[in-house]
Amino acid sequence: MSKVTEEKVRQYAEMLRLAITDEEATRYTEHLNAMVDYVQVLDEVDTDGVEPMVHGIDLQNVLRKDEPKKWITQEEALKNAPDKKDGHFRVPAIMD
Amino acid sequence: MSLMNHSIKELEEMLHNKEITAKDLVDASIDRIKEVDDKVKAFITVDEENAQKQAENLDKETETDYKLFGIPGAVKDNIVTKGMLTSCASQFMKNFIDPLYDATVVKKLKDEKSINMGKLNMDEFAMGSTTEHSSFHTTHNPWNTGYVPGGSSGGSAAAVAAGEVLYALGTDTGGSIRQPASFCGVVGMKPTYGRVSRFGAVGFGSSLDQVGPITRTVEDNARVLEVIAGQDKMDMTSAPLEVPSFTEGLTGDVKDLKIAVPKEYLSEAVDPEVKEAVMNALKVYESLGATWEEVSLPHSKYAAAAYYVISSGEASANLARFDGVRYGVRSEKAKDMIDMFKLSRGEGFGDEVKKRMFLGAFVLSAGNYEVYYKKAQQIRALVKQDFDNVLEKYDVIMGPTTPTPAFQLGEKDFDPMVVYARDLTTVPINLAGVPAISVPCGFSKKEGLPFGLQIIGKHFDEQTIYRVAHAFEQATDFHKKQPQLGGAE
Amino acid sequence: MNFETIIGIEVHVELKTNSKIFSPSPNEFGAEPNANVNPIDLGYPGTLPVLNEEAVNYGMKAAMALNCDIATHTKFDRKNYFYPDNPKAYQISQFDQPIGENGWIEVEVGGKKKKIRINRVHLEEDAGKLTHGEDGYSLVDFNRQGAPLIEIVSEADIRSPEEAYAYLEKLKNIIQFTGVSDVKMQEGSLRCDANISLRPRGQEKFGTKAELKNLNSFAHVQKGLEFEEKRQEKILLAGEEVQHETRRFDEKTGETLLMRVKEDAEDYRYFPEPDLPPLYISDEWKERVRNSIPELPDERRKRYVEELGLPEYDAGVLTGTKEMSDFFEATIQQDVDVKQASNWLMGEISGYMNKHQKELPELAITPEALGKMIKLIADGTISSKIAKKVFAELVEKGGDPEKIVKDKGLAQISDEGQLTEIITKVLDENEQSIIDFKDGKKRALGFLVGQVMKATKGQANPPMVNKILVQEINKR
Repeated sequence: MSKVTEEKVRQYAEMLRLAITDEEATRYTEHLNAMVDYVQVLDEVDTDGVEPMVHGIDLQNVLRKDEPKKWITQEEALKNAPDKKDGHFRVPAIMD
Repeated sequence: MSLMNHSIKELEEMLHNKEITAKDLVDASIDRIKEVDDKVKAFITVDEENAQKQAENLDKETETDYKLFGIPGAVKDNIVTKGMLTSCASQFMKNFIDPLYDATVVKKLKDEKSINMGKLNMDEFAMGSTTEHSSFHTTHNPWNTGYVPGGSSGGSAAAVAAGEVLYALGTDTGGSIRQPASFCGVVGMKPTYGRVSRFGAVGFGSSLDQVGPITRTVEDNARVLEVIAGQDKMDMTSAPLEVPSFTEGLTGDVKDLKIAVPKEYLSEAVDPEVKEAVMNALKVYESLGATWEEVSLPHSKYAAAAYYVISSGEASANLARFDGVRYGVRSEKAKDMIDMFKLSRGEGFGDEVKKRMFLGAFVLSAGNYEVYYKKAQQIRALVKQDFDNVLEKYDVIMGPTTPTPAFQLGEKDFDPMVVYARDLTTVPINLAGVPAISVPCGFSKKEGLPFGLQIIGKHFDEQTIYRVAHAFEQATDFHKKQPQLGGAE
Repeated sequence: MNFETIIGIEVHVELKTNSKIFSPSPNEFGAEPNANVNPIDLGYPGTLPVLNEEAVNYGMKAAMALNCDIATHTKFDRKNYFYPDNPKAYQISQFDQPIGENGWIEVEVGGKKKKIRINRVHLEEDAGKLTHGEDGYSLVDFNRQGAPLIEIVSEADIRSPEEAYAYLEKLKNIIQFTGVSDVKMQEGSLRCDANISLRPRGQEKFGTKAELKNLNSFAHVQKGLEFEEKRQEKILLAGEEVQHETRRFDEKTGETLLMRVKEDAEDYRYFPEPDLPPLYISDEWKERVRNSIPELPDERRKRYVEELGLPEYDAGVLTGTKEMSDFFEATIQQDVDVKQASNWLMGEISGYMNKHQKELPELAITPEALGKMIKLIADGTISSKIAKKVFAELVEKGGDPEKIVKDKGLAQISDEGQLTEIITKVLDENEQSIIDFKDGKKRALGFLVGQVMKATKGQANPPMVNKILVQEINKR
């Protein structure tokens, strides 16, 4: 039962910003369909009126006081950057 | 006998009585790493020089009253360490030599004067259960080097089992501490969600992830958790609760303890030898005055599916930050902005990581969210309810940590669904958020591979788990056995 | 065919908390690039968001001022998209439980009052700043990343570009009064996008809309919408279809230009933020925030008319900005005539601001000084004319009006003896004018007053000059 088309998988790859080869597209489509088939089992459970569990812990109103704090320098901020210039991170421009 | 074979408590005494120095301990750890890590390959980074320097400094100190004074440990490579490579075993992060800050758990270990020997191998971004998904190298099981150490904290479990360090930290999203602990015959604790700060633990499934200790004994484990646990203002999901003294609760007393054994955890899929080991463990408890009954956790069979939906959804967002702008490896082929993202990510991530991201994108995308993601979260609530129901009547839940002992290296290409079925005993615990430990409870006759007994407790009741696990350890000899690092390659 | 214009507006307002919404970095404008960032802002692996209480309070305050219902249960969600200025590749925002919903504000256009509904107000984090270079590269500064924002989404209730302008002015005015933001477009603390569509009158269904970007002032919003109104009308009249697209306003030509055609709606894969526990906003919490809201412009305006007796017009102008209104309030605190205070603010002070393109807080004059000066006029120490000289000094250099009057000898001459002496001298020198006055030429008196003023450098008390002049002429 193949639900997810390869075209859809390519769309997900775009959305996830992942360059994939044709071979990968085929393979990931196959794997994703297997997974989707597998998780269909969830359908068996009646979850009407069940509040979804979003968090690992039941807390609320965890807040921080509005106190500014310096932590790292500009130099440190840029330390691991693959490319930088004049105190900025540098990236290739968008090409239309 | 190597110093590395002692417990932390014993070493503390020896240090206190000046029989040994911190330098002796670090040297013992380095010696052991040099001796065995060629075979085990538990480490990604060993920080020999720094560790020795730290030990020398400690030896000059007069105040030695710290919980981990001079104790050599190591942390999984997805726990950030200031000034030390934190790669998550990924090609993408292989140049991340300074994350700029220490994870809260690392800071706490430093505050108690422990010495960090380095960073441990894992499945890339903690996705996997064999450590074969590390993009650097494969870690071997010290009990039989032809077998996997488990994962994703395989390096952590193997390093402790092989005596390279006295403790290691791992992370557990769906079993990643307990399963390798079980495979490597050591003690691994996944604390209650919220017990330990996640700040500095690279996020995978944010609502499931916990950091926890792997050690050779229960007492050592309790001591390390005591150090790393507690509310952290940098992690808003950490619990505002006092941390009890876990080590003080180790009384050995389990009289009148009520144990629940879920029938789902002892199904057909469980290896008969493993089942036997668990039944024997229950007999040990009975002999100590405890009682056990079979119970049901009816939503267990849906847990793995719910787990994959939730963890992959969260992971697809958590791993999106790896884009080659602020850190990590940017593809050299990138000519424009979109390419930079796509090529850097395409080249930087391994296969397993990509697979999970596709699933994550699928379950969160418009039209699928309600059907898959929200549904899984609803089922998660039911799974938690199962645990709450049982733990209302029983003190702890027990079963095998994993249905089988470690698998052979290179089996990773077989049916992924079989791999997922193995998660049945571990992932429900993460979904429910409850704490659970794995302690050694036997060995396979043929391969000599360890089995783990899993003890699950109530939310924030690690104390009972430690007491119960400790009583078993005291009554048995499994933890005294040492791996010989043999086996066919 | 006759068309009806439908406009909706989204406004982003940056909240001026001390620290960012999800990290303790300073929330400041104008620092060195990437100097106000920390590992959280940079989306470093392992970091987690830490929610700023004040950002929630400020957002709630703004939503309340915009007459929204405040959520009792609210939470944050992740909005997923890649862009170099979005370090986590998700923005922490609010999806299905915004902090405020169902608000409204009242605007006045062409003398008519109208309520414009607000669909929602939600909290989120700002992104960094991307500067496109000419060399094939772009530069990223993350200082702004994590600054707290509220997004205010109007209903499609706006029916003309003029109404859009009025809506924005009013919105800005209200937010400014709450004190949660500087609402300065030039600094980016207020940003807006507008969408516009046309439909034949009487038709229920909305037409296809175009979204306008790069709107750097409210005037641009109005101009852009006016252009768009005509463009779409032309298309529809030609029997063609308007495309769903994003258009950029070009300041130079006043036209809107196509940026991109909107295909399928982007899939942001929203899901609840697992790193932040939800919020429960109790009645008590709501009340606490509500009590911290100062008097808002509409209330103030009403009070100025009803209690202070100011004309509607004055009340409107004075409450046009918070600075103006607060200045006025502080001035009248000193027990001066409210109409006089209003006149000075609307006249000389506003005139000076316009002429020099300055904001009220930039002027050297204080409300205390203005109040004192008005009192000096009232008690006859200085004339209105001299007051302008005093004002010129106050507005440029500040200081105490009494001291200025004294130091510069600007006090009015009201001494009868002294004035009689001067007037006698003036009359002696202008006998022809006396004859003219007695012949019934009233203008001659004006000339004589002028001569007295000239002789006193304008400091003579005008009513007294008049009185004594007439007395002295009659004596001759």
